[in-house]
Amino acid sequence: MPWVAGATALLILAGLYFGLFASPADYQQRDSVRIMYVHVPSAWNSMFIYLLMAVAAAIGLIWNIKVADIVAAVSAPIGASFTFITLVTGSLWGKPMWGTWWEWDARLTSELILLFLYLGYIALQSAFEDRRTAARASAVLAIVGAINVPIIYYSVQWWNTLHQPQSLGVGTSAIHPSMLLPLLLMALGFKLLYVVILLMRTRTEVLERERNAGWVQELAQELAATDKFPPDTIRSGNEYR
Amino acid sequence: MREVPGVLSALGVLIRRDLLLALRRRAQILNPLVFFVIVVTLFPLGVGPEPNLLQKLAPGVLWVAALLSAMLSLEAMFHSDFEDGALEQLLLMPQPVFVTVIAKVLAHWLLSGLPLLLLAPLLALWLHLPGDAIVVLMVTLALGTPVLSLIGAIGVALTVGLRRGGVLLSLLVLPLYIPVLIMGAGAVDSAASGLAVDAHLSIMGALLLLSLSLAPWAAGAALRISVE
Repeated sequence: MPWVAGATALLILAGLYFGLFASPADYQQRDSVRIMYVHVPSAWNSMFIYLLMAVAAAIGLIWNIKVADIVAAVSAPIGASFTFITLVTGSLWGKPMWGTWWEWDARLTSELILLFLYLGYIALQSAFEDRRTAARASAVLAIVGAINVPIIYYSVQWWNTLHQPQSLGVGTSAIHPSMLLPLLLMALGFKLLYVVILLMRTRTEVLERERNAGWVQELAQELAATDKFPPDTIRSGNEYR
Repeated sequence: MREVPGVLSALGVLIRRDLLLALRRRAQILNPLVFFVIVVTLFPLGVGPEPNLLQKLAPGVLWVAALLSAMLSLEAMFHSDFEDGALEQLLLMPQPVFVTVIAKVLAHWLLSGLPLLLLAPLLALWLHLPGDAIVVLMVTLALGTPVLSLIGAIGVALTVGLRRGGVLLSLLVLPLYIPVLIMGAGAVDSAASGLAVDAHLSIMGALLLLSLSLAPWAAGAALRISVE
């Protein structure tokens, strides 16, 4: 995990450098184009994470794999955060560019709906006492949502469109390389950032769920023996019950 | 050994049972309809009685009100059966869960969607919607309200075991209703301004078919999870 974290930091730093200093300002949008380097990667992440969450939830539902349930459950808040970042940066970008904070445009709206879907998922997850039921019920919701996302996307797009067309497709790119490089660096960096947070949260969640298992207790004893964690900072799992 | 009744007769029995139960508790059918009427009434009071403005708002107002009132009646779909244990018995039937869900959805639609459909033209007149648009409104409601019942069934099935499922239910279901709202209101809107509505209606038909084929399956799975 330290490796992934290191790579993440490196990529994001490099992306920020190229994005903020080395890349030219847009001739029309000037410096505000630099918002793109945060906005676009988080937008990609927000959709990617939803998909991954639905797949993990399906795996957990079908094959009863506990880790898949955990991955799906801990992904939701991360995905919701990225969606929120996308909306905020998009709004900040929209103000100087379109002259408005918010416009009922197709992509903005579908991103907002995606946020609602995340919030619904999180709400359902936390409504159940029993973790197993929570995981299975929210898995059904995630799958239904995943089927619905393209439908919502197209219906909203068809409804109203102001956003510029997609400028980065497979094999085609309308972006100059000097801007593309930081964008891709940031995209990769954000993906890895997700992986890091995902791993951290999954580890915490596994430890919490297995707090009464032998290996967790042993781990706690070992940590207590070192100076880094004095015993009073570690509570044994039984105290939570 | 007794012969297992066929799928269709089971469907008929279940629907008759639900309709009968609803007839004994008429308030349950009437309340969402009264709610529908009141919500629509609120809009002229809120935005002013200007006929042009009302006509412009009418498709959206009617559809949003229909959405909300469908929401309200959803909980009744499985809730009382869950409380008295009938739901578990329904899931134990030899017929697939699919059949139970379809019967429940159909009964729900007959009790909430259909009356809504019949009431809507009256309210559309209040909002000064032209005649052509009213016809289109009825067609979209006929295509759209079953979708609302079907998608809603998934949400209710997921939340039926929870003590305070009501607000959560709307949180889960309303985002999924958005395509229906856009298409339905959009069709009425273009009809009111004299444009073609074929595309809207085709898409709504597609949504209906898609949800008809997938939603009962998902709701069945959700019911099993909630009841176990």
